[in-house]
Amino acid sequence: MKLRNTLLAALGLAFAATAAHAEIKVGVVLSATGPAASLGIPEKNTIALLPASIGGEKVSYIVLDDASDTTTAVKNARKLTVEDGVDVIIGSTTSPASLAMVDVAAETKTPMISMAASARIVAPMDDKKRWVFKTPQNDQQMASAIIGHMSANKVKKVSFIGFANAYGEGWYEQFKKLAEAKGIEVVASERFNPADTSVTGQALKLMSVKPDAVFIAGSGTPSALPQKTLRERGYKGPIYQTHGVANNDFLRICGKDCEGTLLPVGPVQMARSLPDSHPVKASALAYVEKYETANGAGSVSSFGAYAWDAGVLLQAAVPNALKTAKPGSPEFRAALRDALEGVKEVAGATGIYSMSAEDHLGLDDRSRVMIEIRNGTWSLLK
Amino acid sequence: MDMSIALILSQDGITNGAIYALLALALVLVFAVTRVIFIQQGEFVAYGALTLAMMQSGALPATVWMLVVMGALVTALDGVRALKAGQGRRAVGVAGWNLAYPLALAAALGALPVNEAPLALQVLLTLAIVVPMGPMMYRLMYQPIASAPVLVLLIVSVALHIAMVGLGLLFFGAEGQRTPAFSEFSFEIGPLMVSAQTLWVLLVSALLIVALYQFFGRTLYGKALRATAINRMGAQLMGISPTLAGRLTFFLAAFIGALSGVLIAPITTIYYDTGFLIGLKGFVAAIIGGLASYPLAALGALAVGLLEAFASFWASAYKEVIVFTLIIPVLLWRSLTSHHVEEEE
Repeated sequence: MKLRNTLLAALGLAFAATAAHAEIKVGVVLSATGPAASLGIPEKNTIALLPASIGGEKVSYIVLDDASDTTTAVKNARKLTVEDGVDVIIGSTTSPASLAMVDVAAETKTPMISMAASARIVAPMDDKKRWVFKTPQNDQQMASAIIGHMSANKVKKVSFIGFANAYGEGWYEQFKKLAEAKGIEVVASERFNPADTSVTGQALKLMSVKPDAVFIAGSGTPSALPQKTLRERGYKGPIYQTHGVANNDFLRICGKDCEGTLLPVGPVQMARSLPDSHPVKASALAYVEKYETANGAGSVSSFGAYAWDAGVLLQAAVPNALKTAKPGSPEFRAALRDALEGVKEVAGATGIYSMSAEDHLGLDDRSRVMIEIRNGTWSLLK
Repeated sequence: MDMSIALILSQDGITNGAIYALLALALVLVFAVTRVIFIQQGEFVAYGALTLAMMQSGALPATVWMLVVMGALVTALDGVRALKAGQGRRAVGVAGWNLAYPLALAAALGALPVNEAPLALQVLLTLAIVVPMGPMMYRLMYQPIASAPVLVLLIVSVALHIAMVGLGLLFFGAEGQRTPAFSEFSFEIGPLMVSAQTLWVLLVSALLIVALYQFFGRTLYGKALRATAINRMGAQLMGISPTLAGRLTFFLAAFIGALSGVLIAPITTIYYDTGFLIGLKGFVAAIIGGLASYPLAALGALAVGLLEAFASFWASAYKEVIVFTLIIPVLLWRSLTSHHVEEEE
C-alpha cells in the first residue's frame, strides 16, 4: 500500500514536472572513470559546453558515469529513460557499452547518439538500430584514407602488422578488403601483443617479402615498438599507422624513428593547420577554441569532438522536431528521431553529417585528413 | 628463412633469454630458500625501469614514498619490539635502516638535480630505491607466516603482485617509458647489428651469474642460504637464522629484478604492467629447472628466449601460446622422471 502511494506520488510529481517546464531533457552516459576515462573525460568537459537552449526551449543535461562498464551503462540508460524520461540519450564512450544500450533505446523508443567508433552500432540497419546514431568516423573511413594515399604513391605490396586483439583483427579485415579492391596486395600479415618487449621476428618477416610500405595497426605507445624495430633493422620505406597513435605520448616514445610516419586523423586534431577552404575548418576550429578556452591550451582531443558533434546534431534536429510535438512526450522522441535521420550537410567538428534511413553516421571523406610526423610533430599533408 | 635471419633471431632470443635467465635464477633462489613463488619478480623489473625513467624526466620517483611507508611499517614492528626487549641499540639500528635511510634518500633526490646526473649514478640511485623494498616486503608480508603452506605463500604473492601493479599505475601512469641507451655505440658482424645495449645485457647477466656462483660457493652468507634451501630445520639448528636468510634472498631477488629492468629499459618500452609477462617467462624457465636447478633454469631461459624469437617470425599470432605451451611437455617429462626417482627410493 505504502509502495503504491509512493509510486503514485512520484508519478504525480513527474507529470507536474513536465507540465511546469516543457524543457528538453538530454541524458548523457559516458565513461568518466575506468579504463576508458581518457576518452570519457574530454567528452564530459565538452557536454558542459553544449548550449543551454535549442530552438527557444531550455535544455537540461543529466550526465551519468558508467565507469567504462557495460552493465552500468545499460543501467544508466534505463534510469535515464524510465525515471528521468529523457528525450534523447547521448552515449556511451565505448563500443561494447553503446551496443548494449541499443536495446534500451529501441525498447523505450528514445533516440540515442553514440560517441563510440564501432560501425556495428549503426549497421546493419534494423528495427532497433533505427533509433541509434553515432558521431565518430568508422575505421573504414580511416582505412580508405590510408589506401587512397598508398595508391596515389604507387604502393603495390604492403606488409601488415597489427595488435593480436580485436583492434588489430578489425583493422586487418577492413584494410585487406579495401586494399585488394584497389589492387594493393597484402604480402605479409603479422601480429604482436601490446605488452611485447621484442618484435624483431615479426619485423624481419615483414621486411623479408620486400614490401613497398608497412602498415602498423596498433594504438597508443605500444605501436611505436614495431616501427622502431623496423628502422633499427634498416627498413627505409614508408610506414603507415592508424589514428590510434595520434597522441603526444607516441611522439615522445618513438622519437626520431617516427619521422615520416603517415596516418589519418579526424580534422579536429589539425583544425588550426587546415586550409581555409576545407569544409570542416570553421566548425572544427569553433569547437577547439571553445574547448581550449575552458580547459587550457592544447587540451583538445578528437574524443571530446564526438560529444560536441552529438550536440551539433541535436541543434540541427530539435527545431524540426519541435514543430510536431512537445518535449517529454513519445511523439517528440519519434519526431526527434525522424529529424536526426533527416539531417543534411551539417558541419560538426569531426566532419559533415548527412544522415539517411540507411546511414546513421552520415560522414564521408571530409571526416579525415592524412598527416605526417615531421620534425617531431604532426603536420598536414597537402 | 635464410642464415642471416636465423642469426638475427638468435641474437634477439639470446638477449631476451639472458634477462629471463636472471629472473629464473632469482625465482629458483627465492623458492628454494623461502618456498615463496615470487610472482612479483616482474614488478621489480618494471619498478626498476620506470623509476629510472621517472628520475630522468626530472620528477621525484614516486617509488621512494613507497619505500618510506614500508620502512616506517618495519620500524614500527621491529623497533617497538626491540625497545620492549630493552635492546635500545638494536632499535636505533632498525630505525636507521628503515626510517632514516629512505627519508635521507627522498631528501637527497628532492634536493639534487638527479636528472642531470651521470647515468651510472642514476642507476645506483634507482637500485638504492627499489632493492630495499625486497627485504622490507619479506619482513612485512612473509616473515609472520614463514612456516605457512606453499599455497598460502603463493596467495600472498598473488595479492602483492596485484597490489604492486595497481600502485605502479598510480606511480607511473598508464603510458610507457623508454630510457636512453647506456651508449649509442653499435657495430656489425656480417648481417648482425650488435648494439652496445645488447652487449651490456649479456655482459651484466654473465657477470651476475658468475658472482652468484661465487657468492653461494665461497661466502659464509651464500653457504648459509644454500644450507637453508637444502634443509631449513637443520640450518636453523646450526644457528642460521631463517629470517636473515629470507631477507637476504629477497634482497638478491629485488636486486636482480630492478637491475634487469634498468638493463632492458633502453631496448623496449616498459609499462607499469609489462613486468608480469617478463616474469612469467622467467617462471617458465624456472619450471624447466624444476624450481631447483640453477643451470637448468638458465638453459631453459635461453630456450624460452630463442623459441619466442623464432615463434614471432613463423607464427607471430600464436607466439605467446607457443611459449607458454612449452610448460606442458616440461611438466609431463618432470612428473615422469620424478616418478622414477620415487621408485628408486
